[in-house]
Amino acid sequence: MIEFQDLHKAFGPKKVLQGFSLTVNDGETMVIIGYSGTGKSVAIKHVVGLLDPDAGQVVVDGEVVSALTHDALMTLRSRIGFVFQFAALFDSMTIHDNVAFGLRRRRDLGEGEIRDRVAHALELVDLPGTEERMPGELSGGMRKRVGLARAIAIQPKYMLYDEPTTGLDPVTSAVIDRLMVRTREALGVTSIVITHDMRSAYTIGDRIAMLYDGRVRQVGTVDEIRRSTDPMVRGFVEGDPSAKESGDTAPLSAAEALEVEGAAG
Amino acid sequence: MLSFIGRRSNLALAGIGRFGLFLSDTARAVPDARTWGRVLAVQMRRIGVDSLPISLFIAAFTGIVLALLATYTFTGAVPLYLVGTLVGKTLMMELGPVLTALALTGRVGATMAAELGTMRVTEQVDAMETLAYSPHAYLVVPRVLAGTLMFPVIGGFAMAMGLLTGWLAAVTLLPLSSAEFLRGLRMFYQPFDWQYGLIKLSSFGLFITLIGCYLGLATRGGAEGVGIATTRSVVYSAAMILVLDAYWAIVLLRPA
Repeated sequence: MIEFQDLHKAFGPKKVLQGFSLTVNDGETMVIIGYSGTGKSVAIKHVVGLLDPDAGQVVVDGEVVSALTHDALMTLRSRIGFVFQFAALFDSMTIHDNVAFGLRRRRDLGEGEIRDRVAHALELVDLPGTEERMPGELSGGMRKRVGLARAIAIQPKYMLYDEPTTGLDPVTSAVIDRLMVRTREALGVTSIVITHDMRSAYTIGDRIAMLYDGRVRQVGTVDEIRRSTDPMVRGFVEGDPSAKESGDTAPLSAAEALEVEGAAG
Repeated sequence: MLSFIGRRSNLALAGIGRFGLFLSDTARAVPDARTWGRVLAVQMRRIGVDSLPISLFIAAFTGIVLALLATYTFTGAVPLYLVGTLVGKTLMMELGPVLTALALTGRVGATMAAELGTMRVTEQVDAMETLAYSPHAYLVVPRVLAGTLMFPVIGGFAMAMGLLTGWLAAVTLLPLSSAEFLRGLRMFYQPFDWQYGLIKLSSFGLFITLIGCYLGLATRGGAEGVGIATTRSVVYSAAMILVLDAYWAIVLLRPA
Protein backbone atom coordinates (compact mmCIF):
# COMPACT_ATOMS: atom_id res chain seq x y z
CA MET A 1 0.00 0.00 0.00
CA ILE A 2 1.18 3.51 -0.79
CA GLU A 3 0.03 6.36 1.41
CA PHE A 4 0.60 10.06 0.77
CA GLN A 5 0.09 11.72 4.15
CA ASP A 6 -0.42 15.49 4.20
CA LEU A 7 2.41 16.03 1.73
CA HIS A 8 3.80 19.54 1.27
CA LYS A 9 6.41 20.51 -1.30
CA ALA A 10 7.56 23.89 -2.56
CA PHE A 11 10.22 24.95 -5.05
CA GLY A 12 11.39 28.35 -3.90
CA PRO A 13 8.28 30.50 -3.46
CA LYS A 14 6.10 28.10 -5.52
CA LYS A 15 3.98 25.88 -3.31
CA VAL A 16 3.26 22.80 -5.40
CA LEU A 17 1.82 20.32 -2.93
CA GLN A 18 -0.16 21.69 -0.02
CA GLY A 19 -1.50 18.83 2.04
CA PHE A 20 -1.74 16.11 -0.58
CA SER A 21 -3.19 12.95 0.97
CA LEU A 22 -4.13 9.78 -0.89
CA THR A 23 -4.09 6.05 -0.22
CA VAL A 24 -3.42 3.54 -2.99
CA ASN A 25 -4.51 0.05 -2.01
CA ASP A 26 -2.67 -3.12 -2.95
CA GLY A 27 -3.61 -4.41 -6.37
CA GLU A 28 -5.45 -1.32 -7.55
CA THR A 29 -4.63 1.13 -10.32
CA MET A 30 -4.96 4.70 -9.13
CA VAL A 31 -5.05 7.37 -11.82
CA ILE A 32 -4.08 10.91 -10.82
CA ILE A 33 -5.41 13.65 -13.08
CA GLY A 34 -5.02 17.40 -12.95
CA TYR A 35 -3.88 20.47 -14.84
CA SER A 36 -0.28 20.75 -16.03
CA GLY A 37 2.09 21.94 -13.34
CA THR A 38 -0.16 21.07 -10.40
CA GLY A 39 2.42 18.68 -8.95
CA LYS A 40 1.30 15.23 -10.10
CA SER A 41 4.81 14.17 -11.16
CA VAL A 42 6.22 15.82 -8.05
CA ALA A 43 3.93 13.66 -5.92
CA ILE A 44 4.99 10.32 -7.42
CA LYS A 45 8.68 11.25 -7.34
CA HIS A 46 8.34 11.26 -3.54
CA VAL A 47 7.38 7.57 -3.66
CA VAL A 48 10.85 6.57 -4.92
CA GLY A 49 12.71 9.21 -2.91
CA LEU A 50 13.68 11.34 -5.91
CA LEU A 51 12.29 14.26 -3.92
CA ASP A 52 12.03 14.80 -0.18
CA PRO A 53 8.89 16.40 1.24
CA ASP A 54 8.98 19.72 3.05
CA ALA A 55 6.31 18.35 5.38
CA GLY A 56 4.19 15.21 5.55
CA GLN A 57 5.35 11.84 4.36
CA VAL A 58 4.93 9.02 1.88
CA VAL A 59 4.56 5.56 3.39
CA VAL A 60 5.17 2.45 1.27
CA ASP A 61 4.45 -0.92 2.87
CA GLY A 62 4.65 0.73 6.28
CA GLU A 63 8.02 2.40 5.61
CA VAL A 64 8.37 6.18 5.61
CA VAL A 65 10.32 6.82 2.39
CA SER A 66 12.07 10.00 3.49
CA ALA A 67 13.30 8.31 6.69
CA LEU A 68 14.92 5.35 4.95
CA THR A 69 18.67 4.80 5.00
CA HIS A 70 20.47 4.78 1.64
CA ASP A 71 20.52 0.98 1.49
CA ALA A 72 16.88 0.66 2.54
CA LEU A 73 15.88 3.21 -0.11
CA MET A 74 17.74 1.19 -2.76
CA THR A 75 15.87 -1.94 -1.61
CA LEU A 76 12.55 -0.10 -1.83
CA ARG A 77 13.39 1.19 -5.32
CA SER A 78 14.10 -2.34 -6.48
CA ARG A 79 10.40 -3.08 -5.78
CA ILE A 80 9.12 -0.12 -7.79
CA GLY A 81 9.05 0.28 -11.56
CA PHE A 82 8.96 3.86 -12.85
CA VAL A 83 7.93 4.73 -16.40
CA PHE A 84 8.97 8.23 -17.37
CA GLN A 85 7.04 10.69 -19.52
CA PHE A 86 9.67 10.69 -22.27
CA ALA A 87 10.88 7.15 -21.51
CA ALA A 88 14.29 8.38 -20.20
CA LEU A 89 16.12 5.57 -21.97
CA PHE A 90 19.91 5.55 -21.65
CA ASP A 91 20.75 6.75 -25.14
CA SER A 92 24.30 5.40 -25.16
CA MET A 93 23.09 1.83 -24.53
CA THR A 94 21.33 -0.73 -26.69
CA ILE A 95 17.73 -1.67 -25.94
CA HIS A 96 19.00 -4.89 -24.34
CA ASP A 97 21.34 -2.99 -22.02
CA ASN A 98 18.58 -0.54 -21.14
CA VAL A 99 16.18 -3.28 -20.12
CA ALA A 100 18.93 -5.29 -18.41
CA PHE A 101 20.21 -2.28 -16.47
CA GLY A 102 18.06 -2.79 -13.38
CA LEU A 103 18.60 -6.54 -13.44
CA ARG A 104 22.39 -6.16 -13.30
CA ARG A 105 22.07 -4.79 -9.76
CA ARG A 106 21.03 -8.24 -8.64
CA ARG A 107 23.76 -10.66 -7.63
CA ASP A 108 21.59 -13.76 -8.08
CA LEU A 109 21.08 -13.35 -11.84
CA GLY A 110 23.55 -14.63 -14.41
CA GLU A 111 23.89 -13.17 -17.90
CA GLY A 112 21.81 -16.00 -19.39
CA GLU A 113 18.91 -15.39 -17.06
CA ILE A 114 19.17 -11.64 -17.62
CA ARG A 115 19.01 -12.23 -21.40
CA ASP A 116 15.89 -14.37 -20.96
CA ARG A 117 14.19 -11.80 -18.74
CA VAL A 118 15.00 -8.99 -21.17
CA ALA A 119 13.55 -11.00 -24.06
CA HIS A 120 10.43 -11.79 -22.01
CA ALA A 121 9.93 -8.13 -21.01
CA LEU A 122 10.31 -7.02 -24.63
CA GLU A 123 7.77 -9.64 -25.71
CA LEU A 124 5.31 -8.34 -23.13
CA VAL A 125 5.49 -4.90 -24.75
CA ASP A 126 5.32 -6.34 -28.28
CA LEU A 127 8.91 -5.46 -29.16
CA PRO A 128 10.65 -8.83 -29.54
CA GLY A 129 13.93 -8.86 -31.41
CA THR A 130 14.80 -5.21 -30.80
CA GLU A 131 17.58 -5.97 -28.33
CA GLU A 132 20.47 -4.72 -30.46
CA ARG A 133 18.84 -1.49 -31.61
CA MET A 134 19.67 1.91 -30.11
CA PRO A 135 16.99 4.14 -28.53
CA GLY A 136 17.58 6.80 -31.20
CA GLU A 137 16.39 4.34 -33.87
CA LEU A 138 12.95 3.93 -32.25
CA SER A 139 9.74 5.96 -32.54
CA GLY A 140 8.29 7.77 -29.51
CA GLY A 141 5.74 5.03 -28.91
CA MET A 142 8.35 2.29 -29.14
CA ARG A 143 10.62 4.16 -26.74
CA LYS A 144 7.79 4.36 -24.21
CA ARG A 145 7.24 0.64 -24.58
CA VAL A 146 10.94 -0.01 -23.97
CA GLY A 147 10.67 2.23 -20.89
CA LEU A 148 7.80 0.04 -19.75
CA ALA A 149 9.81 -3.12 -20.47
CA ARG A 150 12.73 -1.75 -18.43
CA ALA A 151 10.40 -1.10 -15.51
CA ILE A 152 8.63 -4.49 -15.58
CA ALA A 153 11.85 -6.47 -16.13
CA ILE A 154 12.71 -6.04 -12.45
CA GLN A 155 9.33 -7.65 -11.60
CA PRO A 156 8.19 -4.81 -9.36
CA LYS A 157 5.44 -4.81 -6.80
CA TYR A 158 4.48 -1.25 -7.70
CA MET A 159 4.41 0.59 -11.02
CA LEU A 160 4.47 4.36 -11.35
CA TYR A 161 3.59 5.82 -14.75
CA ASP A 162 4.32 9.47 -15.43
CA GLU A 163 2.11 10.53 -18.34
CA PRO A 164 2.69 7.35 -20.34
CA THR A 165 0.51 8.38 -23.30
CA THR A 166 1.37 12.08 -23.58
CA GLY A 167 2.44 13.03 -27.09
CA LEU A 168 1.30 9.78 -28.68
CA ASP A 169 -1.30 9.31 -31.38
CA PRO A 170 -4.64 7.75 -30.25
CA VAL A 171 -3.81 4.30 -31.60
CA THR A 172 -0.39 4.16 -29.93
CA SER A 173 -1.99 5.53 -26.73
CA ALA A 174 -4.48 2.67 -26.82
CA VAL A 175 -1.59 0.22 -27.26
CA ILE A 176 0.14 1.64 -24.18
CA ASP A 177 -3.14 1.46 -22.22
CA ARG A 178 -3.51 -2.18 -23.21
CA LEU A 179 0.08 -2.87 -22.14
CA MET A 180 -0.53 -1.26 -18.75
CA VAL A 181 -3.59 -3.45 -18.23
CA ARG A 182 -1.64 -6.51 -19.41
CA THR A 183 1.22 -5.66 -17.04
CA ARG A 184 -1.18 -5.44 -14.15
CA GLU A 185 -2.75 -8.77 -15.02
CA ALA A 186 0.59 -10.50 -15.65
CA LEU A 187 2.44 -9.17 -12.61
CA GLY A 188 -0.41 -8.28 -10.24
CA VAL A 189 1.14 -4.90 -9.56
CA THR A 190 -0.27 -1.89 -7.76
CA SER A 191 -0.07 1.12 -10.06
CA ILE A 192 -0.23 4.88 -9.97
CA VAL A 193 -0.77 6.51 -13.35
CA ILE A 194 -0.38 10.24 -13.99
CA THR A 195 -2.31 11.30 -17.06
CA HIS A 196 -4.30 14.07 -18.73
CA ASP A 197 -5.89 11.59 -21.08
CA MET A 198 -9.39 10.88 -19.72
CA ARG A 199 -10.06 8.08 -22.17
CA SER A 200 -6.91 6.36 -20.89
CA ALA A 201 -7.90 7.10 -17.27
CA TYR A 202 -11.32 5.48 -17.73
CA THR A 203 -9.76 2.45 -19.44
CA ILE A 204 -7.04 1.59 -16.95
CA GLY A 205 -8.12 3.12 -13.64
CA ASP A 206 -9.85 1.45 -10.72
CA ARG A 207 -10.04 4.81 -8.98
CA ILE A 208 -9.27 8.33 -10.12
CA ALA A 209 -8.01 11.22 -8.00
CA MET A 210 -7.99 14.80 -9.19
CA LEU A 211 -5.15 16.95 -7.91
CA TYR A 212 -5.95 20.64 -7.71
CA ASP A 213 -4.31 23.47 -5.83
CA GLY A 214 -1.79 21.13 -4.23
CA ARG A 215 -4.27 18.67 -2.74
CA VAL A 216 -6.80 16.05 -3.80
CA ARG A 217 -9.97 17.70 -5.04
CA GLN A 218 -11.93 14.46 -5.42
CA VAL A 219 -11.13 10.76 -5.41
CA GLY A 220 -13.50 8.05 -6.50
CA THR A 221 -14.20 5.18 -8.81
CA VAL A 222 -14.34 5.76 -12.54
CA ASP A 223 -18.15 6.02 -12.39
CA GLU A 224 -18.03 8.44 -9.48
CA ILE A 225 -15.64 10.71 -11.34
CA ARG A 226 -17.69 10.46 -14.51
CA ARG A 227 -20.79 11.55 -12.56
CA SER A 228 -18.99 14.10 -10.40
CA THR A 229 -20.99 17.20 -9.52
CA ASP A 230 -17.86 19.16 -8.57
CA PRO A 231 -17.63 21.84 -11.29
CA MET A 232 -13.84 21.75 -11.27
CA VAL A 233 -13.73 17.98 -11.76
CA ARG A 234 -16.50 18.07 -14.36
CA GLY A 235 -14.77 20.88 -16.19
CA PHE A 236 -11.49 18.97 -16.30
CA VAL A 237 -12.89 15.62 -17.42
CA GLU A 238 -15.06 17.32 -20.04
CA GLY A 239 -12.26 19.62 -21.20
CA ASP A 240 -14.21 22.79 -20.40
CA PRO A 241 -11.83 25.82 -20.19
CA SER A 242 -14.30 27.88 -18.18
CA ALA A 243 -13.96 25.51 -15.22
CA LYS A 244 -10.27 26.34 -14.93
CA GLU A 245 -10.93 30.06 -15.21
CA SER A 246 -13.61 29.99 -12.50
CA GLY A 247 -11.53 28.03 -9.98
CA ASP A 248 -11.13 29.43 -6.47
CA THR A 249 -7.38 29.43 -6.78
CA ALA A 250 -5.87 29.34 -10.22
CA PRO A 251 -3.38 26.58 -10.94
CA LEU A 252 0.09 27.56 -12.11
CA SER A 253 0.47 29.49 -15.33
CA ALA A 254 2.18 27.79 -18.24
CA ALA A 255 5.48 29.52 -17.45
CA GLU A 256 5.20 28.64 -13.77
CA ALA A 257 4.29 25.07 -14.65
CA LEU A 258 7.44 24.77 -16.74
CA GLU A 259 9.45 26.13 -13.84
CA VAL A 260 7.98 23.55 -11.48
CA GLU A 261 8.53 20.73 -13.95
CA GLY A 262 12.14 21.86 -14.31
CA ALA A 263 12.71 21.99 -10.58
CA ALA A 264 11.08 18.61 -10.13
CA GLY A 265 12.98 17.05 -12.98
CA MET B 1 25.31 47.63 -2.86
CA LEU B 2 25.47 45.83 0.48
CA SER B 3 22.40 43.78 -0.36
CA PHE B 4 23.97 42.84 -3.70
CA ILE B 5 27.14 41.68 -1.94
CA GLY B 6 25.01 39.82 0.58
CA ARG B 7 23.03 38.04 -2.14
CA ARG B 8 26.19 37.09 -4.04
CA SER B 9 27.81 35.81 -0.84
CA ASN B 10 24.74 33.73 -0.03
CA LEU B 11 24.76 32.23 -3.53
CA ALA B 12 28.48 31.48 -3.28
CA LEU B 13 28.06 29.84 0.12
CA ALA B 14 25.10 27.80 -1.16
CA GLY B 15 27.23 26.70 -4.14
CA ILE B 16 30.07 25.63 -1.86
CA GLY B 17 27.56 23.75 0.30
CA ARG B 18 26.13 21.91 -2.72
CA PHE B 19 29.62 21.03 -3.95
CA GLY B 20 30.44 19.74 -0.43
CA LEU B 21 27.33 17.52 -0.53
CA PHE B 22 28.34 16.30 -3.99
CA LEU B 23 31.81 15.39 -2.68
CA SER B 24 30.29 13.63 0.31
CA ASP B 25 27.92 11.58 -1.92
CA THR B 26 30.81 10.74 -4.23
CA ALA B 27 33.02 9.61 -1.34
CA ARG B 28 30.15 7.46 -0.05
CA ALA B 29 29.85 5.80 -3.46
CA VAL B 30 33.53 4.77 -3.64
CA PRO B 31 33.04 1.46 -1.74
CA ASP B 32 30.40 0.42 -4.34
CA ALA B 33 33.13 -1.01 -6.59
CA ARG B 34 30.69 -3.51 -8.12
CA THR B 35 28.90 -0.62 -9.80
CA TRP B 36 31.78 1.63 -10.89
CA GLY B 37 34.18 -1.23 -11.58
CA ARG B 38 32.33 -2.32 -14.71
CA VAL B 39 32.53 1.11 -16.36
CA LEU B 40 35.98 2.22 -15.17
CA ALA B 41 37.83 0.68 -18.11
CA VAL B 42 35.51 2.40 -20.60
CA GLN B 43 36.13 5.77 -18.96
CA MET B 44 39.88 5.19 -18.83
CA ARG B 45 39.85 4.51 -22.55
CA ARG B 46 37.69 7.55 -23.31
CA ILE B 47 39.76 9.90 -21.14
CA GLY B 48 43.14 8.33 -21.80
CA VAL B 49 43.46 6.72 -25.20
CA ASP B 50 40.99 9.01 -26.97
CA SER B 51 42.65 12.16 -25.58
CA LEU B 52 46.16 11.14 -26.53
CA PRO B 53 46.25 12.53 -30.11
CA ILE B 54 45.34 16.11 -29.14
CA SER B 55 47.77 16.07 -26.21
CA LEU B 56 50.64 14.76 -28.34
CA PHE B 57 49.84 17.31 -31.05
CA ILE B 58 50.07 20.21 -28.58
CA ALA B 59 53.21 18.85 -26.93
CA ALA B 60 54.96 18.33 -30.27
CA PHE B 61 54.69 21.98 -31.23
CA THR B 62 55.43 23.17 -27.71
CA GLY B 63 58.74 21.27 -27.78
CA ILE B 64 59.77 22.90 -31.07
CA VAL B 65 58.82 26.40 -29.93
CA LEU B 66 60.59 26.00 -26.60
CA ALA B 67 63.86 24.95 -28.23
CA LEU B 68 63.75 27.88 -30.63
CA LEU B 69 62.70 30.36 -27.96
CA ALA B 70 65.47 29.23 -25.63
CA THR B 71 68.07 29.57 -28.38
CA TYR B 72 66.77 33.04 -29.27
CA THR B 73 67.00 34.08 -25.59
CA PHE B 74 70.39 32.52 -24.86
CA THR B 75 72.28 33.58 -27.98
CA GLY B 76 75.61 35.13 -27.11
CA ALA B 77 75.07 35.17 -23.37
CA VAL B 78 74.44 31.61 -22.16
CA PRO B 79 75.94 28.33 -23.45
CA LEU B 80 73.55 26.83 -26.01
CA TYR B 81 73.57 23.34 -24.46
CA LEU B 82 71.35 24.85 -21.73
CA VAL B 83 68.56 24.75 -24.33
CA GLY B 84 68.22 21.08 -23.33
CA THR B 85 67.91 22.08 -19.68
CA LEU B 86 65.23 24.64 -20.36
CA VAL B 87 63.24 22.39 -22.67
CA GLY B 88 63.39 19.49 -20.21
CA LYS B 89 62.55 21.40 -17.05
CA THR B 90 59.81 23.46 -18.67
CA LEU B 91 58.13 20.54 -20.37
CA MET B 92 58.27 18.16 -17.42
CA MET B 93 57.42 20.62 -14.67
CA GLU B 94 55.20 23.27 -16.23
CA LEU B 95 54.11 23.41 -19.84
CA GLY B 96 53.63 19.67 -20.32
CA PRO B 97 51.19 19.32 -17.42
CA VAL B 98 49.47 22.70 -17.74
CA LEU B 99 48.98 22.70 -21.50
CA THR B 100 47.81 19.08 -21.46
CA ALA B 101 45.32 19.87 -18.72
CA LEU B 102 44.05 23.03 -20.41
CA ALA B 103 43.53 21.12 -23.64
CA LEU B 104 41.66 18.41 -21.79
CA THR B 105 39.28 20.78 -19.99
CA GLY B 106 37.42 20.93 -23.29
CA ARG B 107 38.03 17.35 -24.36
CA VAL B 108 37.19 15.79 -20.99
CA GLY B 109 35.61 18.26 -18.56
CA ALA B 110 33.19 19.90 -21.00
CA THR B 111 32.24 16.54 -22.48
CA MET B 112 31.38 15.21 -19.04
CA ALA B 113 29.34 18.28 -18.15
CA ALA B 114 27.43 18.06 -21.44
CA GLU B 115 26.89 14.30 -21.21
CA LEU B 116 25.75 14.24 -17.58
CA GLY B 117 23.79 17.47 -18.06
CA THR B 118 21.88 15.95 -20.95
CA MET B 119 21.25 12.83 -18.89
CA ARG B 120 19.94 15.01 -16.07
CA VAL B 121 17.51 17.08 -18.16
CA THR B 122 16.22 14.02 -20.04
CA GLU B 123 15.55 12.25 -16.71
CA GLN B 124 18.11 9.51 -17.42
CA VAL B 125 19.75 10.23 -14.06
CA ASP B 126 16.37 9.93 -12.33
CA ALA B 127 15.75 6.69 -14.21
CA MET B 128 19.08 5.38 -12.95
CA GLU B 129 18.09 6.21 -9.38
CA THR B 130 14.71 4.51 -9.70
CA LEU B 131 16.55 1.38 -10.87
CA ALA B 132 18.37 1.40 -7.51
CA TYR B 133 21.66 2.79 -8.81
CA SER B 134 23.57 5.61 -7.22
CA PRO B 135 24.45 8.09 -10.02
CA HIS B 136 27.56 8.92 -8.03
CA ALA B 137 28.68 5.29 -8.10
CA TYR B 138 27.81 4.72 -11.76
CA LEU B 139 28.59 8.10 -13.31
CA VAL B 140 30.88 10.13 -11.07
CA VAL B 141 33.32 7.74 -9.38
CA PRO B 142 34.53 5.98 -12.57
CA ARG B 143 35.03 9.32 -14.35
CA VAL B 144 36.91 10.89 -11.45
CA LEU B 145 39.08 7.81 -10.92
CA ALA B 146 39.79 7.54 -14.64
CA GLY B 147 40.73 11.23 -14.81
CA THR B 148 42.99 11.03 -11.77
CA LEU B 149 44.74 7.92 -13.12
CA MET B 150 44.89 8.76 -16.81
CA PHE B 151 45.91 12.43 -16.78
CA PRO B 152 49.45 11.53 -15.60
CA VAL B 153 49.65 8.87 -18.33
CA ILE B 154 48.59 11.28 -21.06
CA GLY B 155 50.83 13.99 -19.61
CA GLY B 156 53.76 11.58 -19.45
CA PHE B 157 53.42 10.82 -23.14
CA ALA B 158 53.04 14.53 -23.87
CA MET B 159 56.26 15.31 -21.97
CA ALA B 160 58.10 12.62 -23.92
CA MET B 161 56.73 13.96 -27.22
CA GLY B 162 57.75 17.53 -26.31
CA LEU B 163 61.27 16.41 -25.40
CA LEU B 164 61.53 14.48 -28.65
CA THR B 165 60.44 17.39 -30.85
CA GLY B 166 62.56 19.81 -28.81
CA TRP B 167 65.58 17.62 -29.46
CA LEU B 168 64.67 17.27 -33.15
CA ALA B 169 64.34 21.05 -33.48
CA ALA B 170 67.66 21.55 -31.72
CA VAL B 171 69.59 19.19 -33.98
CA THR B 172 67.87 20.12 -37.25
CA LEU B 173 67.04 23.83 -36.95
CA LEU B 174 69.66 25.04 -34.48
CA PRO B 175 73.43 24.96 -34.26
CA LEU B 176 73.27 22.34 -31.53
CA SER B 177 74.39 18.72 -31.57
CA SER B 178 72.54 15.82 -30.05
CA ALA B 179 75.25 15.39 -27.43
CA GLU B 180 75.04 19.05 -26.39
CA PHE B 181 71.25 18.95 -26.10
CA LEU B 182 71.41 15.79 -24.00
CA ARG B 183 74.18 17.24 -21.87
CA GLY B 184 71.94 20.19 -21.03
CA LEU B 185 68.98 17.92 -20.44
CA ARG B 186 70.93 15.79 -17.94
CA MET B 187 72.80 18.63 -16.27
CA PHE B 188 70.12 19.77 -13.78
CA TYR B 189 67.82 16.78 -14.12
CA GLN B 190 66.31 15.25 -11.00
CA PRO B 191 63.66 12.50 -10.84
CA PHE B 192 61.58 14.97 -8.87
CA ASP B 193 61.12 16.97 -12.09
CA TRP B 194 58.81 14.47 -13.74
CA GLN B 195 57.33 13.33 -10.44
CA TYR B 196 56.31 16.94 -9.79
CA GLY B 197 54.70 17.09 -13.24
CA LEU B 198 52.80 13.86 -12.73
CA ILE B 199 51.53 14.91 -9.29
CA LYS B 200 50.18 18.10 -10.83
CA LEU B 201 48.59 16.18 -13.70
CA SER B 202 46.86 13.82 -11.31
CA SER B 203 45.41 16.71 -9.31
CA PHE B 204 44.31 18.42 -12.55
CA GLY B 205 42.56 15.22 -13.63
CA LEU B 206 40.85 14.92 -10.26
CA PHE B 207 39.47 18.46 -10.29
CA ILE B 208 38.57 18.68 -13.99
CA THR B 209 36.46 15.53 -13.72
CA LEU B 210 34.93 16.53 -10.38
CA ILE B 211 33.94 19.93 -11.79
CA GLY B 212 32.58 18.43 -15.02
CA CYS B 213 30.53 15.81 -13.16
CA TYR B 214 29.26 18.25 -10.54
CA LEU B 215 28.11 20.83 -13.07
CA GLY B 216 26.61 18.11 -15.28
CA LEU B 217 24.53 16.59 -12.48
CA ALA B 218 23.49 20.05 -11.25
CA THR B 219 22.16 21.02 -14.70
CA ARG B 220 18.64 22.44 -14.85
CA GLY B 221 16.50 23.79 -17.66
CA GLY B 222 17.02 21.86 -20.87
CA ALA B 223 19.42 22.65 -23.69
CA GLU B 224 20.26 26.10 -22.36
CA GLY B 225 21.15 24.60 -18.99
CA VAL B 226 23.42 22.04 -20.66
CA GLY B 227 25.16 24.85 -22.56
CA ILE B 228 25.68 26.85 -19.39
CA ALA B 229 27.04 23.81 -17.52
CA THR B 230 29.44 23.04 -20.36
CA THR B 231 30.79 26.58 -20.57
CA ARG B 232 31.12 26.83 -16.80
CA SER B 233 33.01 23.57 -16.63
CA VAL B 234 35.66 24.93 -19.02
CA VAL B 235 35.97 28.26 -17.21
CA TYR B 236 36.05 26.78 -13.69
CA SER B 237 38.42 23.98 -14.71
CA ALA B 238 40.84 26.40 -16.40
CA ALA B 239 40.81 28.62 -13.32
CA MET B 240 41.31 25.61 -11.06
CA ILE B 241 44.29 24.43 -13.11
CA LEU B 242 46.02 27.77 -12.62
CA VAL B 243 45.20 27.80 -8.89
CA LEU B 244 46.50 24.25 -8.45
CA ASP B 245 49.58 25.09 -10.50
CA ALA B 246 50.42 27.90 -8.09
CA TYR B 247 49.48 25.74 -5.09
CA TRP B 248 51.87 22.94 -6.01
CA ALA B 249 54.65 25.43 -6.78
CA ILE B 250 54.24 27.01 -3.35
CA VAL B 251 54.02 23.67 -1.56
CA LEU B 252 56.70 21.71 -3.40
CA LEU B 253 59.11 24.24 -4.96
CA ARG B 254 59.49 26.85 -2.25
CA PRO B 255 63.06 26.75 -0.87
CA ALA B 256 63.20 25.31 2.63
